[in-house]
Amino acid sequence: MKKHATLEANEAVSSVACRLSETIAIYPITPSSPMSELADVFESRGQKNIWGATPRVIEMQSEGGASAVCHGTLQAGCLSTTFTSSQGLLLMIPAMYKIAGELTPFVMHVAARSLATHALSIFGDHQDVMAVRQTGFALLASASVQEAQDMAAIAHAATLSSRVPFLHFFDGFRTSHEVQKIETVADDVLRGLVNEQDRLDFYRRGLTPDAPTVRGTAMNPDAHFQAREACNLYHEAVPAKVQATMDRFAKLTGRHYHLFDYTGAPDAEKVIIIMASGGETVDETVKHLTARGEKVGVVRVRLYRPFDQAALLAALPQTVKSIAVLDRTKEPGAPAEPLHLDVSSALAEANETGQLPFPMPRIIGGRYGISSKEFTPGMVKAVYDELGKISPKRRFTVGIEDDVTHLSLEYDRSFSIESEEVVRAVFWGLGSDGTVGANRNSIKIIGEETDHFAQGYFVFDSKKSGGVTVSHLRFGPDRIRAPYLISSASFVACHQFGFLEKYDVFDCAAPGATILLNAPYAPDKLWEKIPLEARQAIVGKKLRVYTINAFEVAREAGMGGRINTVMQTCFFAISGVLSRDEAIQKIQDAIRKTYSKKGDEVVRRNFAAVDMSLQHLHEVPVPGTLEGEPRAATVPDDAPDFVKRVTAVMMAGKGDLLPVSAFPPDGVWPTDTTRWEKRAIAREIPAWDPDVCIQCNKCVLVCPHSAIRAKFYDNHHLGDAPGTFKSADFKMRDFPGTSYTIQIAPEDCTGCKLCTQVCPAKNRQQPKLKAINMTPLPEIRAAEVENYEFFLNALPDPDRSKLNHGEVKSSQFLRPLFEYSGACAGCGETPYIKLLTQLFGDRVLVANATGCSSIYGGNLPTTPYAKNSDGRGPAWANSLFEDNAEFGFGMRFAVDQKNEAARGLLADLAPHIGDELVRDLLEADQSDEAGIEAQRARVSALKDKIAHCSSTKAGALRLLADYLVRKSVWIVGGDGWAYDIGYGGLDHVLAQGRDVNVLVLDTQVYSNTGGQASKATPIGAAAKFAAAGKGSAPKELGLMAMQYGNVYVARVAMGAKDSQVVKAMREAEAWNGPSLIIAYSHCIAHGFDLSLGMDQQKLLVDSGLWTLFRYDPRRISEGKPPLILDSKEPKVKTADFMRNETRFRMIEKMNPQRFKDLADQAQESAKHRWKLLEQMAAIHFPEETVVTTTPGNDA
Amino acid sequence: MNLETTYLGLKLRHPIIPGAGPLAGDPHHARQLEDCGAPCLIMNSLFEEQIVREQRAAFAAIDEAEDSFAEALSYLPEPEDYRLGPDDYLSRITHLKSAVDIPVIASVNGISPDGWREFPKLIAAAGADALEVNLYHLSADKYESSAEVEERLIESVRTAREGIDIPIAVKLPPFFTSIPHFVSRLEKIGVQAVVLFNRFYQPDIDIEELRAEPTLRLSDSSELKLRLRWLAILHGRTELEMSLSGGIHTPADVIKALMAGATTVQTVSGLLRYGPEHLRSLVDGMSDWLRDHDYDHLDQLRGCMSHRNSPDPEAIERQNYAMILHSWIAD
Repeated sequence: MKKHATLEANEAVSSVACRLSETIAIYPITPSSPMSELADVFESRGQKNIWGATPRVIEMQSEGGASAVCHGTLQAGCLSTTFTSSQGLLLMIPAMYKIAGELTPFVMHVAARSLATHALSIFGDHQDVMAVRQTGFALLASASVQEAQDMAAIAHAATLSSRVPFLHFFDGFRTSHEVQKIETVADDVLRGLVNEQDRLDFYRRGLTPDAPTVRGTAMNPDAHFQAREACNLYHEAVPAKVQATMDRFAKLTGRHYHLFDYTGAPDAEKVIIIMASGGETVDETVKHLTARGEKVGVVRVRLYRPFDQAALLAALPQTVKSIAVLDRTKEPGAPAEPLHLDVSSALAEANETGQLPFPMPRIIGGRYGISSKEFTPGMVKAVYDELGKISPKRRFTVGIEDDVTHLSLEYDRSFSIESEEVVRAVFWGLGSDGTVGANRNSIKIIGEETDHFAQGYFVFDSKKSGGVTVSHLRFGPDRIRAPYLISSASFVACHQFGFLEKYDVFDCAAPGATILLNAPYAPDKLWEKIPLEARQAIVGKKLRVYTINAFEVAREAGMGGRINTVMQTCFFAISGVLSRDEAIQKIQDAIRKTYSKKGDEVVRRNFAAVDMSLQHLHEVPVPGTLEGEPRAATVPDDAPDFVKRVTAVMMAGKGDLLPVSAFPPDGVWPTDTTRWEKRAIAREIPAWDPDVCIQCNKCVLVCPHSAIRAKFYDNHHLGDAPGTFKSADFKMRDFPGTSYTIQIAPEDCTGCKLCTQVCPAKNRQQPKLKAINMTPLPEIRAAEVENYEFFLNALPDPDRSKLNHGEVKSSQFLRPLFEYSGACAGCGETPYIKLLTQLFGDRVLVANATGCSSIYGGNLPTTPYAKNSDGRGPAWANSLFEDNAEFGFGMRFAVDQKNEAARGLLADLAPHIGDELVRDLLEADQSDEAGIEAQRARVSALKDKIAHCSSTKAGALRLLADYLVRKSVWIVGGDGWAYDIGYGGLDHVLAQGRDVNVLVLDTQVYSNTGGQASKATPIGAAAKFAAAGKGSAPKELGLMAMQYGNVYVARVAMGAKDSQVVKAMREAEAWNGPSLIIAYSHCIAHGFDLSLGMDQQKLLVDSGLWTLFRYDPRRISEGKPPLILDSKEPKVKTADFMRNETRFRMIEKMNPQRFKDLADQAQESAKHRWKLLEQMAAIHFPEETVVTTTPGNDA
Repeated sequence: MNLETTYLGLKLRHPIIPGAGPLAGDPHHARQLEDCGAPCLIMNSLFEEQIVREQRAAFAAIDEAEDSFAEALSYLPEPEDYRLGPDDYLSRITHLKSAVDIPVIASVNGISPDGWREFPKLIAAAGADALEVNLYHLSADKYESSAEVEERLIESVRTAREGIDIPIAVKLPPFFTSIPHFVSRLEKIGVQAVVLFNRFYQPDIDIEELRAEPTLRLSDSSELKLRLRWLAILHGRTELEMSLSGGIHTPADVIKALMAGATTVQTVSGLLRYGPEHLRSLVDGMSDWLRDHDYDHLDQLRGCMSHRNSPDPEAIERQNYAMILHSWIAD
């Protein structure tokens, strides 16, 4: 009997790879990470490969490291595998050449993803795979979850029989993350597929001193060429061996694949050639069109390398007249995309040699689906239509509107081939409401508990907090082959009523569809509350409307804001997919299965939610009235033109409609755009009580989203204040007669409560109240919007030059130039970045390593780096993950060069400018804010002086003059970058002695990719790839940097000592040499209530696990020890800190003894490190050892 | 000297038991206590409230972060053996049972009917020799009458009782309008013993920080008196075995408890203060006193100073209060 499972391709592939491997080397990268994580789980559970051994898994410092480990294990005779994507694959290229050159059986599985070019994208296309097609690896493509599993097995068998390494790939997200019901492959099938003799032969070739050989020799011109040709026979034999494996697989499973598979009319004249998931769409469209008499067909490429020309020719129908080759990649400057070139060359050669069994067809080619762009039947039809034209576009794109180079094909957006037998359901949810989880459950229920097939695909937006999720689910009697989003749904659920105000939620609803609204209104009052556009859709499409107040039901059931079970129950109750009773029973079974590990309490509450949901679900009368105001524009009229034309469209979820011309061709975007995206995602926001406030500004400091701000100002400004605007007499003696306000940005606050938690003031009458208290947003939203507008625009920013920037309180009057990012609510990283921009934002260049900080820092549509009233602000760029230190160093290099050039020009033009100004400009003291301001004034004067000067040098100086004002270069990234993948570069950059500032936002884990262990992960913490709790101490990055002597190093934790953070940032920036600040950042991956993040940081420091220090090379020349300890000897038990976080606590729950051992080990380690630092802090250096830095900066 | 005592169906060498506290829960200390002559051990309570709180917190911290962002659909590993439930308590029972040869009495405090139903079953299945049901609760609801409170507590005990065969003791708080009546109800539903009383940790107030401070104060002999009185009143009015918990620090305290009617006494603070060896000194001191006073076995003195047997029963009841007040005035 065939066994089915409902899973994602990543799961299916990882299972096969683990069962056919002995060692696995991994490194996390989206969207392949789940394969690695599952391999780790496979190992930790002691599961066995088909030969009875548990494959061993090792996480490396980069993909380069992982591929090198694979190379080593393979040479030493051990079957190995790895998983990767995108830039990760590029980092493996050097080892891939070696592995292939040495004819080593090996399979890597790639969730194919875009490459970072003008922008990073985590989504799917074939740019990464196409970048390695020359390495000698065989490339095998899968089009669906089922195929991904099957081809994975075929690849592992074929590599052993052919000795050529294989790269098996499938589309990132579209296939890797699509949930499908598939037939699983049993161990017996795998055993039947892999030839045992091939395996033993592989072992015999292993490197061993018992039969020594030498490999990796260096060859000279006399030999290298011939030796390189010696492998030809092996590569030539691959296609036949792959086909033989596919044939064997067919016998074992009944699923028969070929190197090239043709579907379509036997007499097809128009043929599309395509690889991977797009092939499913073309295949289904072809069936639809041929059923209507069209002579069309599709060739789906399975084995792309080695490219078997004869097999391709054999697959094509003899009647073919025109071919469109579709490539999911882009090679600027190439005559055509790679598959197109390969097909053209195959046919041209066959034609020339007389082997083409039909007249030479016309071949055109196009790009589609780049970065997971939708590829729909309508687009397929457009390609066939193009093939039918007398003069088709020879090169085209499909799926976008190209109004610049006019390459794109028009397509019919309404063209649909969806079967009526398939239930199509779309669910709009919020990240934290559990919608996606519930839908995964529903798919499992239907896929595994019924005969129906199920498909699920989930779309997330770019925000880590309050992001929109859209789930696309299909259920039907046959396998669902529709790798594209649902555009005509029979059921649409909107789990957040507020979405109706912003998005066209019912655009995807088919006429007569059922819709389910979670709304906080009684059914008979609902209609008037629905925004006009949604009502128009309901009436126009004759939609049937159901409603439930899911938040109320969830709250009553004790589920808080998790409405997943409520909405899932309602879906089953009204969608008719299953009978109501059967559905309820299965939901309860699923709840038990999903949550029993989380505890009976969670199960109980979910059961209660199921029961209550049915009682509160109502059909809504549709009166059909359509009065009311249309939806306000996405952004206000005073937004910049670009924001209105481009950003706002993306914000409304309609970025697909933007034409090519809307976009900057080089990836350069304006900053300061989050201000236009008012998300209002908090249910409660802080409200200020001026009478209780002690005006410490700590709430402002810790706010991760710059949504709570402080100003002081002359009292006369209050004259025009809104009625509800609050103020108090400012208590700072230096500024008599001024008022003070703490103001909340009501629509930008995420409701994380960090501010209320750190507030030290207490209301004496009611000590549970503080100076800021959480208040329901609806109660104060309108008033606070008006107040915030007044605060921002009518009240002046305090004068920077009059503030003591070294003091926490004063620093928080400086305007943040990083605001309203999409970081997680309660993020521990962003307060540091915000502080950085407050202190130096108007003259800072930021090089940002890929990771959380690059995502909340630069993920479109809106970005948080902002500008001050002079139009200055942080200039930000992200290159890659691994190269950030070098990238930032390059910025410093450039800035220094420009400064040097400007100084040279000043000297040259001194007679024209005037000696005094030139001297002042050259000798300016820019060590403080006043000095910077004075220099800006001089530069302004300089520009005036040379404004009308026509000399080339003056022209050059006009461009360079601003570089006479000191620039601050900051290299920012997470611990995954600094400790692991980027460490080599970071170390080298620190060693150069140049004035760069490195800020490591240390969450002790790879946060952005979902919590994998890094070398910063502490003893005892569970993380992915360290599920049993990390057994070794984290790397001492600070100590390693200190040994250079001339690097300023600080370790900080804002929650433990905020004054030290401010001090360290200023000292680092002022040090005319390299600086490194390692900033502890609590993180969602730690598993605790982040509102307590700052308290937990304090506990961390008190436990000795994070000793605060500053190593300042300047102190050596002052005759002082350069190292200063800023925290006290450990006084709290490490276990007391650890027990508060699930990452540690889960170890205690699983294995109390191991937890105790690890906590003791952590305690010991903390003690030792304290002792070491204490002794180091007492070391005096002779003054002559004062280290020097490399000159040439712009100070 | 015959000090043998039967409590909860367990034959004990003497009546002085290490009560529910940190020492009795850990195998190392448990072995030390056994070496010092402990006749059995009583573990700390499994608090359902604690488990529920942790489940809720973990759910909020982990699950609510899942499936929110394309790159990170989850943030923590989910090993198969990671479960949020009473598992570690249950495994401690197993560990203790294998670490010592004396009986192990587990303890539970539930907050929901399911908790009262499930946890005792799991505890019994884990090998506990008996169960102490810890009625640790404070009634702060002005709409719930004392009768309703009692009814709820009785139901809880009944639920616990119904699912298991091992003997049950019920540890009471001292705050009842009628302790004898409540104890008689317990007797009817099949419990074997009552423990007088659990000690509520009383919060203090930090007048500088304006917050309630949880305090943990070890008991002293002064706490004995409340317990002696109720033992004395209950003795003869119930067939249940009675254990005194709170205030046992000296051999004389033990003698008093037995005289008031205790079947056994429990000591925690004394052991924490002076170490496991203190148990031996209590037993030795008690034996010496009995020997000095020509007692052969405990039943000769057990209950001799109860309300029923005391030469001056009124001193145990209300009169006691009046007399003491009077003595203050007289001073």
